[in-house]
Amino acid sequence: MSEQVIQLEKVNKWYDDFHVLKDVDLSVEKGQKIVICGPSGSGKSTMIRCINRLEAHQEGKIVVHGTELTNDLKNIDLIRKNVGMVFQQFNLFPHLSVLDNISLAPIWVKKMPKKEAEEISMSYLEKVKIPEQAEKFPGQLSGGQQQRVAIARSLAMNPDIMLFDEPTSALDPEMIKEVLDVMIQLAEEGMTMLVVTHEMGFAKTVADQMIFMDEGRIVEQAKPEEFFNNPKSDRTKLFLSQILNH
Amino acid sequence: MSTSAIQNISHNKYYNWLFRNLFSSWVNTLLTIIALIFIYQVGSFCLNWAIFAADFRYNFQGELITDRGLCSKNIMPGEYGACWAIIYARWDQFMYGLYPIEEAWRVNLVYALLPLAIIGILFDKIPFRKYFIYFTFVYPFLAYFMLYGGPGLSVVGTNKWGGLLVTLFLGVTGIGLAFPLSILLALGRRSKMPIIKSLCVVFIEFIRGVPLITLLFTANVMLPLFLPDGVNPDNLLRALVAVTLFQSAYMAEAIRGGLQAIPRGQVEAAQSLGLSYWQTTRKIVLPQALKIAIPPIVNTCIGLFKDTSLVLIIGLFDLLGIGRAALADMTWTKLYYEVYVFISLVFFIFCFGMSRYSLYLEKKLKTDNI
Repeated sequence: MSEQVIQLEKVNKWYDDFHVLKDVDLSVEKGQKIVICGPSGSGKSTMIRCINRLEAHQEGKIVVHGTELTNDLKNIDLIRKNVGMVFQQFNLFPHLSVLDNISLAPIWVKKMPKKEAEEISMSYLEKVKIPEQAEKFPGQLSGGQQQRVAIARSLAMNPDIMLFDEPTSALDPEMIKEVLDVMIQLAEEGMTMLVVTHEMGFAKTVADQMIFMDEGRIVEQAKPEEFFNNPKSDRTKLFLSQILNH
Repeated sequence: MSTSAIQNISHNKYYNWLFRNLFSSWVNTLLTIIALIFIYQVGSFCLNWAIFAADFRYNFQGELITDRGLCSKNIMPGEYGACWAIIYARWDQFMYGLYPIEEAWRVNLVYALLPLAIIGILFDKIPFRKYFIYFTFVYPFLAYFMLYGGPGLSVVGTNKWGGLLVTLFLGVTGIGLAFPLSILLALGRRSKMPIIKSLCVVFIEFIRGVPLITLLFTANVMLPLFLPDGVNPDNLLRALVAVTLFQSAYMAEAIRGGLQAIPRGQVEAAQSLGLSYWQTTRKIVLPQALKIAIPPIVNTCIGLFKDTSLVLIIGLFDLLGIGRAALADMTWTKLYYEVYVFISLVFFIFCFGMSRYSLYLEKKLKTDNI
């Protein structure tokens, strides 16, 4: 059996009275690519945001690399160093150049010498195919370029798990492909990935497991062939027919 | 294109502007003419009073003016304007207060070094900026040593300080000390730690709810009560404490406005990269928040700089206090306009400078990025 890197057991979370995550169980093995879909408000973003503690869960257990997420800041820091995250709105730092955006965390968190951090940053910019934008500011880039910088920024910390929270939802259609291409390349290199997305083409290409969430629960979890060809629950069927035929 | 053709075009542009904005209809033309007459009347009166019909050091008979009776306007009432001789006569007091005049070079040196001390903070693209910044941190100690004295320099008590020296001391030190304090207060007010948060809220709301005059009185009368026996900070220091606290509360609110404008995603991105709270604050949140908060911060600085004149009610002689003292002198009494116009001008120069700088900074930061 291969190594378990993320484990969620009976995770529950509330926003005041609103029950966003209900008894969520999930286990992710090293190198697995998991695509999570579901209607808005189903808790899919919240679930992956709990994995690096951008949100705190109230009940249950989340273990990443054998470290349990609690209020202990040391554990949180440890986990965040190994878990990268890409956001829907890119969240690049607008006051820093592209290169500074990427080298910031290696310099300050990993205490890497500036020169080395910048060399590494450049190598990741080459990987996402925009080394020529290094000196620009985020506001001068297109959405697709910004999202690729955001991916490079995460990768520069050399994480072994990457979380993607609807990475292409804020992009114009013609820019989606350039971001997905980078993600596919990353998947081929063996990165463990949890991706919240509605890009079903991407899901079919890379996913090992599909997860469908609704109203805070994991309704269905299956291999892609089965998930798309033979979904079990009616809720999944309805959802798939809506997003595949629009 | 020939030079004259270019000139013609720019002339045309000029006339077009005039026509469109000032003479586009007959109502507009009439208003323009009335406004011009008004500006001319007021302007010529002011210039005449302040410069052309004014006495500087000598009156119209060529005598050195040594008391108000020798002012031209008091010899020939109605024909002459300002009598600036009072400013010349009291110049040293306006600049140094009662600072011993043979030691005034020390104050002059501190004045002269002030621009060097702040230039490194104000502008980022100057050569040797690093060394200017070092000097910024050395300057307060150097300035205090020069002004107060110590080994090798005779001690001049702060009760002898006055005029522009007190105004600048309170204004510059007050702003300089309040800035870091206000950042901590603003961060504290947004902190998730309940005790720190309530301390900051109570402090800010208390200080903002009380007039500066009250704080000055409180500092003057009550501060000694809170301190151990024998520790008796002088008046100027007490005023400085009051002014700093006052300024920090207002500046904290300005900065909080900036902090609130930073999208949550910025902090989340920094956290997801593993940056600590202080790293996130220093590298991501504050640079963006302070940029947004520049106009209100400068606003409070200008307000504070002018409010330093309130210290005259606790017996300190700032610029305004020195002016009033000059007017109380029988030799010069009743030259109100001259004194107040002069004081206003000095305040105006500093405040206008701050205002211009904030505009420059806003423009610069806008083009720099985004």
